[in-house]
Amino acid sequence: MTALRRLSGEVVALVLATAIFLVPFGLMLLTAVKDPEQAIDLDFAWPTSWPVVENFMAVIEARDYVLLRAYVNSTIITVASVALLVVFAAMASFVLQRRPGKVAKLADFLVLSGLIIPPAVVPTIWLLQALGLFKTLPGMILAEVAFNLSFAMLLFRAFVAAIPRELDEAAQIDGCSGMRLFFRVIFPLLRPVTITVILVSSVNIFNDFVNPLYLLPGDENATVQVTLYNFQSQYNTQWNLLFMDIVLITIPPLVLFVFFNRKIVAGMTAGAIKG
Amino acid sequence: MKTSHRMTGAALAVLAMAALTSCGSGSDSGTAAAGSVTLKFLIDNSPATVDTAKALADTFMQANPTIKIETETRPGGSEGDNIVKTRLSTGDMSDVFWYNSGSLLQALNPAQTMVDLTGDPVLANVAKDFLPVVSQEGKVYGVPGGTAMGGGILYNRKVYEQLKLEVPKTWADFVANSDKIKAAGIAPVIGTFKDTWTSQLFVLGDYYNVQAAVPTFAQDYTANKAKFATTPAAQAGFDHLAEVHAKGYLQEGFGSATADQGMKLLAEGKGAHYPMLSAQLPPFVATMPQAATDIGFFGIPGTDAAKNGATIWEPAGVYIAKTTENLEAAKKFLAFVASPAAADAVTKAVPPAGPYRITGAELPDDAIQAAKDLQAYVDEGTTAPALEFVSPVKGPSLEQITVAVGSGLTPAAEGAAQYDKDVEKQAKQLGLAGW
Amino acid sequence: MTTQDTGPRMGPGPAPGRAHARASRRRRDAAYPYALYLPAAVVFLVIFLVPTAMAFYFALTRWTLFDSEFVGLQNFRDFLAEQNLRIGFQNTIIYAVVTSGLKVVLGLLLGVLLTGRLRLRGFLRSVVFFPTLVSTVAVGITFAMLLKPQTGLVNQALALVGVDGRDWLGDAATALLSVALVDVWKGVGLATVIYIAGIMTIPREYYQAVAVDGGGAWHRFRHVTLPLSWPATYSVIILSFVGGLRSFDLIWTMTRGGPGFTSDTIASIIYKQYQAGFFGLSTAGNVILFIVVTAIAVPLNYFLGKRQVTA
Repeated sequence: MTALRRLSGEVVALVLATAIFLVPFGLMLLTAVKDPEQAIDLDFAWPTSWPVVENFMAVIEARDYVLLRAYVNSTIITVASVALLVVFAAMASFVLQRRPGKVAKLADFLVLSGLIIPPAVVPTIWLLQALGLFKTLPGMILAEVAFNLSFAMLLFRAFVAAIPRELDEAAQIDGCSGMRLFFRVIFPLLRPVTITVILVSSVNIFNDFVNPLYLLPGDENATVQVTLYNFQSQYNTQWNLLFMDIVLITIPPLVLFVFFNRKIVAGMTAGAIKG
Repeated sequence: MKTSHRMTGAALAVLAMAALTSCGSGSDSGTAAAGSVTLKFLIDNSPATVDTAKALADTFMQANPTIKIETETRPGGSEGDNIVKTRLSTGDMSDVFWYNSGSLLQALNPAQTMVDLTGDPVLANVAKDFLPVVSQEGKVYGVPGGTAMGGGILYNRKVYEQLKLEVPKTWADFVANSDKIKAAGIAPVIGTFKDTWTSQLFVLGDYYNVQAAVPTFAQDYTANKAKFATTPAAQAGFDHLAEVHAKGYLQEGFGSATADQGMKLLAEGKGAHYPMLSAQLPPFVATMPQAATDIGFFGIPGTDAAKNGATIWEPAGVYIAKTTENLEAAKKFLAFVASPAAADAVTKAVPPAGPYRITGAELPDDAIQAAKDLQAYVDEGTTAPALEFVSPVKGPSLEQITVAVGSGLTPAAEGAAQYDKDVEKQAKQLGLAGW
Repeated sequence: MTTQDTGPRMGPGPAPGRAHARASRRRRDAAYPYALYLPAAVVFLVIFLVPTAMAFYFALTRWTLFDSEFVGLQNFRDFLAEQNLRIGFQNTIIYAVVTSGLKVVLGLLLGVLLTGRLRLRGFLRSVVFFPTLVSTVAVGITFAMLLKPQTGLVNQALALVGVDGRDWLGDAATALLSVALVDVWKGVGLATVIYIAGIMTIPREYYQAVAVDGGGAWHRFRHVTLPLSWPATYSVIILSFVGGLRSFDLIWTMTRGGPGFTSDTIASIIYKQYQAGFFGLSTAGNVILFIVVTAIAVPLNYFLGKRQVTA
């Protein structure tokens, strides 16, 4: 009886979640396979013709296969900046939370400012030019690290607070402090939030649109989000191709997420503090 | 512990890789093979511009095998303005670029950032009356890219035929026509306020009538002497917009319709009038061939049938950035862009939306109806350039104000007054004299 | 279990003497060297702070990118005189409160649900997280489609139950709230993963203790999950509130602040100045927004930090 009720409850949750979260995706898919004339209507009507392959090829081939280059660029930028971001932010948040004082207050304020103040585009370009990093992937990577640091630190700091200080003290008695204390004791314990930060910041960076537009101009440097501009202009939009592009750049991260979901959950549980 | 080591390792490896790959695709925009030159050409991403630029580049490269043109696209609209400004001001502009003429050009500091073409043979074929819109302080910086276009009413000729209507010469005629169209169950006017820029046409496209009534308006307006709210002829555009909403002429859902949808409604005859730029049409002809013949154009009618005319938008310009290292090749390309041969090549790729600004370039016989209608106004000499081509002053919020007036949220007079304030802000930011 | 956020903290045991305190602080400082700040600080300082400081200077100038002219506080006066600033300010607050409130509540509920013994947990997690992966532009266009007056799915669904829908985004009364709800749709996945991490961090022993005491599900939620997932709640509130205060990208793609100016927020007004090429003015607007957000966020941060101690 309870099992039955439980099951029906789950079915309701499933149906609701599907309706709310997947219907919009269905609309995107549907528009992506329509012909241009029907796609303009932007509605749920069943496609009258199915130019799936044509649309797919048109998007892939557009502007000399820019989408494929964009994939490579976006992947490099995302992986590199998230790796740096996680290590840098976790280290800094650890000291920030553990060692209160004037420095921590300043750091706290800077973290908050980083969340609040939007990056100043033109001065950032000047600076990257001066460093010789403008229009280069390393420059873009460092910029993404800087722009996402506050967000990552906020999360890490809140979770470092949940790790009992007694653990540090025990480790210190074993002669472990500083870098070693952090990497051996604290960082592994931060695994649930680390995974969250990786997840969220890779999505942010992969989906970033404005910063690459300015800091990484040029077709050879395109990132996936910028390819949307190939099909959407001020005056006309090729809706079917735009949505095909959207689907194509959304599916890989989605597949990765579904694929790693189990691992993510396992990672989070493994990191839970015992006692 | 293991994870962290692996992770830092991975981070370093990826960074090293990134550094390597980025070196490969460095900035080698200059000379490629021996004797050959690569020109970078930045254009906006609208299909019409992309196709035009491709036709220009391909034809040019055939005749000049040693020069390679690489086009690069950017978004249009104000996002595009900012990209162009950013790239010019940081010295990172492509050799040649495509950008609006008129007031927008003035904001690019051409004297600092572009190559002066005054008196250059490059301009040999450029129509003389085009030069002012690519000039600042008497110096010329660009050649026309693409065609001029009309800003007024695109209308469905089939609907007009069926209801036995005539093209209106006065606003009163327009209202009378609209009433008949409404009675026939067709939306008289199409509004597409999701794309806010489309709401401005009643105001901007009315400039021919403003100028007919107050010939000195542009001058006085630039000098901070004439205002929209205090010049009845200038406020008329706002009045029309409010009237169209108040009389229920707009189709249902005008607040969230897009420009593409508006064009489709017009081509299908579900709407009869669409205040729009004629350049919107050519990209549609491919998917809806009937748009070439069924859709016509007329200027927004004013009060006096004897002074009927149309407002014209000048073509964009093609300019050379001062930072180019391939000036000779760039000039060669510009000379080609401004030649009748280039116009022929473009006509093959994109049906022209109006007359070319190149001497010796003619509209083809099979031009779309709207372009022919516009050409008729030009031939009669009853056109005026839009205000943004004769004055550097244009407020940035006009499109929001016209949406508010056109949706009945703001009365016309208040909208005109708001726009005057908006204009004042812009003039101050530009540091214009007299504001 | 929980530790203090600010102010020095002494170890347990009897109050130590002066010399002892100094020694213990030295030991503590050695355990937490400032060097750990270094990589983050360098990147942040060079790529973010320096350009920001430069930009703040330009707030005092009339700046066309090509040249700049010092105008003192004129830009600030102009920005504050902006015609629709008051609507923008109201909308900003409404938007931030609605979005962050819903994200906290729904995120917590989904977090609890998705850490429970649900058979379809994995699938549902992917489903809830999915909108976060879709770019804002795509979300904006798709929902504009769903919310269309006649053909939109939302109104068709409402018609089935006899409710007359409206032109949600084209109508001044509903535009802002419609966008806010879409924002929640897109952002709740993020709140949920933060909550999942927070709930996962809670030691099992606490739940076992409740079970021993014979407490039910509500008791478990009220006395263990809710208080002990405080780090997650804190992060979600700060992130989504500050995010809501400066949000404009979704508003921009869905309504452009319209119809007219009715769904403008401070951030979208700033963005419009930027788009118009009024770079000094838009920077001045950013400085003002920064002050406003700081004035709200700092006390909030302090208040929430306090809660953390007593939780």
